[in-house]
Amino acid sequence: MTWLRTPEGRLAVIAVAVFILMAMVNPERFLSVQNLTSMAFQFPEFAILALAVAVAMLTGGIDLSVVGTANLSAVIAATVMANYTGGGDGVGIVIAASGLALVVGLVAGLFNGVLVATFGLPPILATLGTGLIYTGLALVITGGPAVLGLPPAAAWIGNSTVLGVPAPLIVFGLLAAGIGWLMMRTSFGLKTRMFGANPLAARYAAMDTGKVLLKLYALCGTLSAVAGLIIMSRANSAKADYGSSYLLLAVLIAVLGGVNPYGGYGRIIGVVLAVLSMQFLSSGLNLMGVTNFAREMIWGALLITVMLINTLASRRTL
Amino acid sequence: MTDSTAPLVTLEGVTKRYAAITALDSVDMTIRAGEAVCLAGENGSGKSTLIKVLVGVEQPSDGRILFDGVAQSRITPTDATRAGVQVIFQDFSLFPNLSVWENIAVTAERATGTKLVHRARARERAREVLARVGVTLDLDARVETLSVAHKQLVAICRALASDARLIIMDEPTTALTEREVARLLDLIRRLKADGVAVLFVSHKLAEVLEVCEHVVVLRNGAKVADGPAEDFDSASLTRAMTGRDVAETPPGALDPSAPELLVVDGLTKDGAFRDVSLTLRAGEVLGVAGLLGSGRTSLAKALFGLAKPDRGTVKLDGHDIPLGDPIAASGQGIGYVPEDRLTEGLFLEQSIARNIAVGRFDEHASGGVLNLRALWDEAGDWLKRLSVKAPDPQAPVRSLSGGNQQRVVLARWMARQPRVLILNGPSVGVDVGSKAEIHGIIADLAARGLGVIVISDDLPELLGTCHRILVMKAGVITDEVQGGGGVTEDDLSHRLAS
Amino acid sequence: MGFYPIAHGCKARAMKSFDWTRNEVLVFGVILAFCALAAASDPNFLSIPTLTDLMRNSIVLGIFAVGAMVVLVSGGIDVSFTAVAAFAMYATTVLLRDVAPEMGWPVAFLVAIAIGAALGAFNGVFIALFGLPTLIVTLGTLSLFRGALLTFIGTAQISNLPSGMRDFSRWMMLRGTDADGNFYSLHWAFVFLVVVVIFTWFILNRTMLGRAIYAIGGAPESARRIGIDVKKTQMFIYVYVGALAGLAGIMHGSLARISNPQDLVGLELSVIAAVVLGGARLTGGIGTLTGTLLGVALIVLVRNSLIVIGVPSVWQSVVIGALILLGTGLPAYQSLRAQRRAA
Repeated sequence: MTWLRTPEGRLAVIAVAVFILMAMVNPERFLSVQNLTSMAFQFPEFAILALAVAVAMLTGGIDLSVVGTANLSAVIAATVMANYTGGGDGVGIVIAASGLALVVGLVAGLFNGVLVATFGLPPILATLGTGLIYTGLALVITGGPAVLGLPPAAAWIGNSTVLGVPAPLIVFGLLAAGIGWLMMRTSFGLKTRMFGANPLAARYAAMDTGKVLLKLYALCGTLSAVAGLIIMSRANSAKADYGSSYLLLAVLIAVLGGVNPYGGYGRIIGVVLAVLSMQFLSSGLNLMGVTNFAREMIWGALLITVMLINTLASRRTL
Repeated sequence: MTDSTAPLVTLEGVTKRYAAITALDSVDMTIRAGEAVCLAGENGSGKSTLIKVLVGVEQPSDGRILFDGVAQSRITPTDATRAGVQVIFQDFSLFPNLSVWENIAVTAERATGTKLVHRARARERAREVLARVGVTLDLDARVETLSVAHKQLVAICRALASDARLIIMDEPTTALTEREVARLLDLIRRLKADGVAVLFVSHKLAEVLEVCEHVVVLRNGAKVADGPAEDFDSASLTRAMTGRDVAETPPGALDPSAPELLVVDGLTKDGAFRDVSLTLRAGEVLGVAGLLGSGRTSLAKALFGLAKPDRGTVKLDGHDIPLGDPIAASGQGIGYVPEDRLTEGLFLEQSIARNIAVGRFDEHASGGVLNLRALWDEAGDWLKRLSVKAPDPQAPVRSLSGGNQQRVVLARWMARQPRVLILNGPSVGVDVGSKAEIHGIIADLAARGLGVIVISDDLPELLGTCHRILVMKAGVITDEVQGGGGVTEDDLSHRLAS
Repeated sequence: MGFYPIAHGCKARAMKSFDWTRNEVLVFGVILAFCALAAASDPNFLSIPTLTDLMRNSIVLGIFAVGAMVVLVSGGIDVSFTAVAAFAMYATTVLLRDVAPEMGWPVAFLVAIAIGAALGAFNGVFIALFGLPTLIVTLGTLSLFRGALLTFIGTAQISNLPSGMRDFSRWMMLRGTDADGNFYSLHWAFVFLVVVVIFTWFILNRTMLGRAIYAIGGAPESARRIGIDVKKTQMFIYVYVGALAGLAGIMHGSLARISNPQDLVGLELSVIAAVVLGGARLTGGIGTLTGTLLGVALIVLVRNSLIVIGVPSVWQSVVIGALILLGTGLPAYQSLRAQRRAA
């Protein structure tokens, strides 16, 4: 039972326990198909942002610009789509605009990478600054109100199902599996984690650390853009300040998932388990009539509790 | 200056056990006022445990400690301070962001129990201590802007400001140049005349022997030698610390037809070293001897591209190596084993296998996807070849001993099959047995046609492993001697210091 | 006999004590440039009403920033202070309304400060006692405090404030009309900011406790070795910052004449931005009140007066973001280059 002693093992137990508890308290409604699918539509957008934050944390950095990047990408894509005057459901323009959004995310992420890798800014400040800039640019583009009037095809990614599985969940599943694989099985992933463990030693081992950081933040930016597209699709609009509570949530999930905020340790499976625990908890509480505010409170308490357990546990093994 | 009353500090049969390990084994020792004592020992011999016990950070498992002849039941750090025991750690434990006067006066001011900063009084106190030591320093300078020697002085002043009667100095000379050591010794003499006792704790004490009355040598936690300083010289001290004569067989003569491998011409980095030219031949082990601050580490980093020289060229096999680019340098076959293994060399929490494989990710990847089996097999193979005693290659590298850790860093570079390997302090923090084995690895590397550069302040090590030794002083190569028994340690040491 | 020669390096450094690349100088320069531009495009900009506006808008932000700076100096970071402030403000309003509606403002202020200090102590327990990372703890308590406030105490705005808070809001230090007929006023609350700054300056620079805060920020292990009680010091810091947040919160509510429990949260990153612009280092040990106040002034100017220099106000957060990148990027880039050179 050694897996129980890892943060992921504890999380798996927590996720299952929360699920069982919620199912027991409110079996008909919690286990209903409707509730389960609505959960599956809800969490992927912030779960993907959490993946982005977790990946940045693996290097000992952080990306506070994920929500700004998501909104900027979505606003640009939505503006392009909204100005489309062709008929039909606009599949072509939606695909083109989505591609553009991904490029915007990539460029935004690269800019973060340049600030961190080339100019040596602390990631927390670099991404705090760019987060403001990206949000600001989205605001400049829209002038404030939401961008409306998207073609029908734009709703697909956020609202449809494939073989009964919600599309956002599929996107999240593919991304999580892909990034897990990237981190475990590729040269880039292993370098990322080694760099996070000791940046100085990485430099002395002749690792191309600048390139690793650039790629990494570009990945964060692209992931954020994907999340932005899902948010846009579900809301059928884009706005500069959608999902402003997601930043906290994303950091929370990453830490909850056992990613070490100082770098070097973290597993994608932990992030997935953390997302599931959070979603089970928040849906269950929702069904019990607990307000959003109480959920926020519980999240905060959960974050501190898990951090406390992880810290005390690692202290004992040292 | 020894006086006949009770000694300042007495240790009687002090023993410290951690679970199964005995870190200190029944150590007796006395330190009198105005006396300087050398506590010598290799890494892991129990020196730091002894300091901790003396200042109350750790409690002895057995035995007793007396201050001024009075047995102490349980020493706390406060008791030790009250008895006038002050430690100057190797890193000095100063506050880089605070001024000189604050650093000097803060401990003493705290001891008065004041809640407020009495600026005038504290500055006056700092000025007095600086005057007592005979130093002029800008009281308002931030400590991070000072040189290492000046930081050490600030640390000494801080101890004196707290009415230190016994100053324990941990590895006091490692960061100092010869002149600075001479000044330090001068200062120690004056402090002794003032009645202050000094305990030098180091694995490299030959330099301070001349001001010491007394030498105590620890090995594996036990006292193995104890006597007046006159009875020791650097050779006998080494013998006592290591328990054997470390006379090594120097390498045989280099094949005169060996081709030139690395040619450095006129390499200059302003403020660090200038006009360094050297030639390294295949199969040659070239030593660089120099004190800390002589530019030896800057030179090594420049050759590996970690620092960018201002002028000059580095050629490997006749091809120019781009300067200031470690990736290019390593790509062309230069490897560097850094001085500070724990912060620069290793990824402590990561596995042993990953620590070896870190330089080989790209070679074992196709399209970025790793062939993990090949990667781990290769790492495991190197573990075997360098006989690293590691039960599990997936265990964190921090679980290994210093000697095995160093072999992991060596394995990382050897896996990349370099042409030239630069080793900075290859046996720092390594036990005696492993040291000899690492020297064996160096000889083996050279025998396989690599060029090896060994940088070290351990002169016997250089004499025992190198074909040739360059002497570096103040950024310039001033001398070249042949290894292989041509010169003695004293001779080399003289060339370094003159 | 001084056998050590004068330290040439230090002497030289002391001589050129005026460092142009210091954040304080940079920020001051940007503020001057901003004012010059603004004055050029709007002659009315350099006037008493502009100044009093700037001062009034700096009060709450300034008190927050002073607290945030103390935490940064000690090597930590606090993002929960806005939630602490909102909690203290709203809980105090509710308490006074329901229990003692006739109490004067000093009671309201003391209650809010006490609530703030208690919440700060909650942070302190996890940070000082259990040694958890400060960013994570305060991120957690940011949600925890806000969630608890909105769940247990209430969600509705209170515009009918208790009389004490109302009285405070009417307490003007000066008011008048300038030569152009523009009305201006300055609230006594500004004096609170001044008092907070002086008091914090005194603690940081004139007490052993303050020096201990700098010491643990500069070298925590050394601080422990010379016997500084790091836990106690950290505990003080978080309680103090909580108390300051409580004060800022109640003043915010009183000045706005409305107590909105959803207010204030969201401001934390701007405050930290102001402090960092003022030269405080995230790594701890470095930070001045002068720099912090300059940083606050710049942020307030950008928030209020961007339009005056011809930049539409939607560009506000872009400008603040760019300032953060410049303000932190310049020193970071310099030290990176110095590091590479010295390597």
